[in-house]
Amino acid sequence: MPVSIRLQTPKVVSRERSTLQSALLAVLLLPIAGCAAVQPPDWQTLQPVSDFGHLIQDVYGDLFWWTAGIFVVVELLLLYALLRYRSGRSESEVPEQVHGFTALEIGWTLLPAAILFFIAIPTVRTIFQLQGAPPDPDPLEITVIGHQWWWEFQYPELGIVTANELHIPVGRTASLTLTSADVIHSFWVPQIGGKRDLNPGSENKLWFTPTEVGVYHGQCAELCGTSHANMRMRVFVDDSATFAEWSAAMREPATPDSAGMMAFLVSGCAACHAIAGTPAQGRIGPDLSTVGRRTTLASSMIPNTPETMAAWLRSPDSVKPGALMPDLNLDEQRIADLVAFLEGLR
Amino acid sequence: MSAQATTAAGTHASLYGGGLRSWLTTVDHKRIGVLYGVSALLYFVLGGVEALIIRLQLASPTADVVGADTFNQMFTMHGTTMVFLVLMPLSAALFNYMIPLMIGARDVAFPRLNAFSFWTFLFGSVLLNLSFFVGSPPDAGWFGYANLTSRQYNPGMGIDFWLLSVQIMGIASIASAVNFTVTILNMRAPGMSLMRMPLFVWMALVVQVLMLLAFPPITVAFVYLLFDRFFGTHFYIPSAGGTPILWQHLFWIFGHPEVYILILPSFGVVSEILPTFSRKPLFGAPFMIFSGILIGFLGFGVWSHHMFTTGLGAVADTAFSLATMLIAIPTGVKIFNWIATLWGGHIHFKTPLYFAVGMVALFIIGGLSGIMHASPPVDIQQHDSYFVVAHLHYVFFGGTVFGLFAGIYYWWPKITGRMIGEGLGKLHFWLMLIGMNLTFFPMHFLGLDGMPRRIYTYAADLGWERWNLIATVGAFVIAVSVLVFFVNAVRSLMSKEPAPADPWDAATLEWTISSPPPEYNFAVVPEVNSARPFWLHKYGPTRDISTHTRAEGTPAQPADPPARVDLPSPSAWPILAALGLSLVGGGALVGLWMVLIGAAVLVYCVYRWAFQPLERPGHPTFGPAGGE
Repeated sequence: MPVSIRLQTPKVVSRERSTLQSALLAVLLLPIAGCAAVQPPDWQTLQPVSDFGHLIQDVYGDLFWWTAGIFVVVELLLLYALLRYRSGRSESEVPEQVHGFTALEIGWTLLPAAILFFIAIPTVRTIFQLQGAPPDPDPLEITVIGHQWWWEFQYPELGIVTANELHIPVGRTASLTLTSADVIHSFWVPQIGGKRDLNPGSENKLWFTPTEVGVYHGQCAELCGTSHANMRMRVFVDDSATFAEWSAAMREPATPDSAGMMAFLVSGCAACHAIAGTPAQGRIGPDLSTVGRRTTLASSMIPNTPETMAAWLRSPDSVKPGALMPDLNLDEQRIADLVAFLEGLR
Repeated sequence: MSAQATTAAGTHASLYGGGLRSWLTTVDHKRIGVLYGVSALLYFVLGGVEALIIRLQLASPTADVVGADTFNQMFTMHGTTMVFLVLMPLSAALFNYMIPLMIGARDVAFPRLNAFSFWTFLFGSVLLNLSFFVGSPPDAGWFGYANLTSRQYNPGMGIDFWLLSVQIMGIASIASAVNFTVTILNMRAPGMSLMRMPLFVWMALVVQVLMLLAFPPITVAFVYLLFDRFFGTHFYIPSAGGTPILWQHLFWIFGHPEVYILILPSFGVVSEILPTFSRKPLFGAPFMIFSGILIGFLGFGVWSHHMFTTGLGAVADTAFSLATMLIAIPTGVKIFNWIATLWGGHIHFKTPLYFAVGMVALFIIGGLSGIMHASPPVDIQQHDSYFVVAHLHYVFFGGTVFGLFAGIYYWWPKITGRMIGEGLGKLHFWLMLIGMNLTFFPMHFLGLDGMPRRIYTYAADLGWERWNLIATVGAFVIAVSVLVFFVNAVRSLMSKEPAPADPWDAATLEWTISSPPPEYNFAVVPEVNSARPFWLHKYGPTRDISTHTRAEGTPAQPADPPARVDLPSPSAWPILAALGLSLVGGGALVGLWMVLIGAAVLVYCVYRWAFQPLERPGHPTFGPAGGE
């Protein structure tokens, strides 16, 4: 191709043209180079671990190759036109004044339409698949309630209420009912699949069947206020034995230590937090019945250790800006008591 | 009267001279265009600084450059500023300056309404930024989803500033849409049929219609929000039976056409520049016109593709998905026709062409990622992630900003009467192109790796820092490129070398007059018999698609008007009426008394304006004094 260009326009200023040429090529190759640099991409949305994620991945794969192909062809046409028809002639010379070519224009109207047809078919099929009834007639029902800025998970059949860490058994369809206690949030665990909003005042449905055991990162995807960025969660896909063990433990929490319980009540924690089988039945903050079993605190921002728990109690706002949990001005002794008590809730 | 008539035409002194008062009271579309352009470029810097703060905060995980609340304010102000204070007014600047020149008119249909539009926009934009000074900028994102904007969840004044100022600017947009629709339909030079109208004017016409139809829904949405926040109604309050999703529908019924309001002007600019610099007519002009109209029309039927995660159901998702895919067809036609315009031409590589080609090349990327989003299964992964941030910046930065800079470089000699440096212009282009791709391309990867938009911080163990750091470096490269532009602009304005009337050897009417144009634009009303009137005059009659005959074209304008030209008098009432209107809006933040004062000022000024003759004693006249 470069040879024929030189033959056509021998008078061009080669230096300027070669910089232009290489720069344009660089721009064109940048994305490809970018892709190559991280090959193979281990990006979360491209590593699905559920049937939901795989269905999305299939459509994405189709679209990626169609769009990548169109991208390369169209950009190369543009680049070719620029290099091939670069003027080396005097200003006054005029090329042939072509106004159009109707057959060609109809052609490139129909061609995208034809390609869209191939994109539309898997798209529509998958829309109805994803929003139809769950494939499993007896899915695990879970209610997800969004709060500023944490997640509440309820398992109505199992009688479990927990927060920020969702446990589900591998291979069994989970059917989520999504709603919000305050503003709009959006449930997103990239490796599980796409988002679904949690709308206050109405319910959304989302189902998926996890296919691989593991712990997956998720977070709120709809701006929901100050600590939107900190509204994270962890999804534990357990094998059936581990899940059974977990759910049994969750249903039979250890009896709270009575001295610690007193510190909890005196400090006012019960106004917002619940501990099963005790007078503490607040529903504003996360249920703490088994908080000691969680691996993280503060909507998965920090690991759950006595030190981080103490830091959280000392000043929730400096861990999670805007946190609705007030700073209760607890003294260090009280904090130590509460930490010991809370970590013992298992 | 005749004393004023003797000022020499087509000089800086006559067009841009005069004191501050003459600028405040001007009704000249060219001066108003300059006012829009200068304001928009200053806001471009402000919105850019906001973007740099965002990028600094995200350059590393758990950074502490700004706090959570400040970050939320920054991206809200960045988005609102770039959409309403930069891209729309920058398009308005080119519309104002160029449309009358391109259709052979002496001004817009309603010159004083035009001034009112500008001042209303300016006061509205100032009101928005006043929120910084009371320490409470809006923080709910540029599309401010309910019910996060309710008094309960957003008790500060930020949302009030945001909704009132955007509402005020909406009035400016509607007024200007009426004005330009009438101007384009009624004030074209004799012989300029619609199919002979330049593509830029065509796209401008589509944009005006979109503004006329898209701003009413957002106005309604804002009125509901205003009532919810000020008067305790419950349009968007779920606990009282309202529905926050109503906001999403109303916003995006405006918001999607708004995307085309932002991109079509750039399509128009590119459709002028590619033919000029490849020295050929636009390939398939009728296809280009109708595809532009179709894009605008379909743009009203696709709003729910912003809501595929909202939970509207499979049938709605399918309908909006297919409608969205249809838009790819006319958009593809445009891209192919642009390439075909270059094909077989003698392409002259001047700065405007660089930016125009850059716009095409970058918009292709934004368009293709848009096709991905048209598919709901794929979109629900990419929605509200950095993939969408990448997509929208390829459309608005790669598409609109590059297209508008192409227009600025193209018409700079016409507007300022000075040439602008080619070397610095190309440096600006390359830096901006590299910076833009460094900033926004990695965002695709971040989105695919699960990074949501609008997060002020992220954990270090997610592997997001590499691409975020690269994006931040890119943002500073863009900043340097903008600096190069301003240096180039100042150098050009300080140079003494006047620009020729027709520096690019172009085809349309604005090049038949001097640079800068005389105040009256055209000494004689041009006769148009082709889509490329000036080209046919220069290069001899050829068969032209708009005539199917051998048209002669339209010659350059004579230096002085052979007959007397009367122009409207300057008027202070538009700016004072705009001030009154802004007091009504801004007063809502202060107290009822201020609203009432504003209303009184508005009513009084509109009354005085209505009874003030357009031409009063001492109004600008040109040409022979005879006939008085």
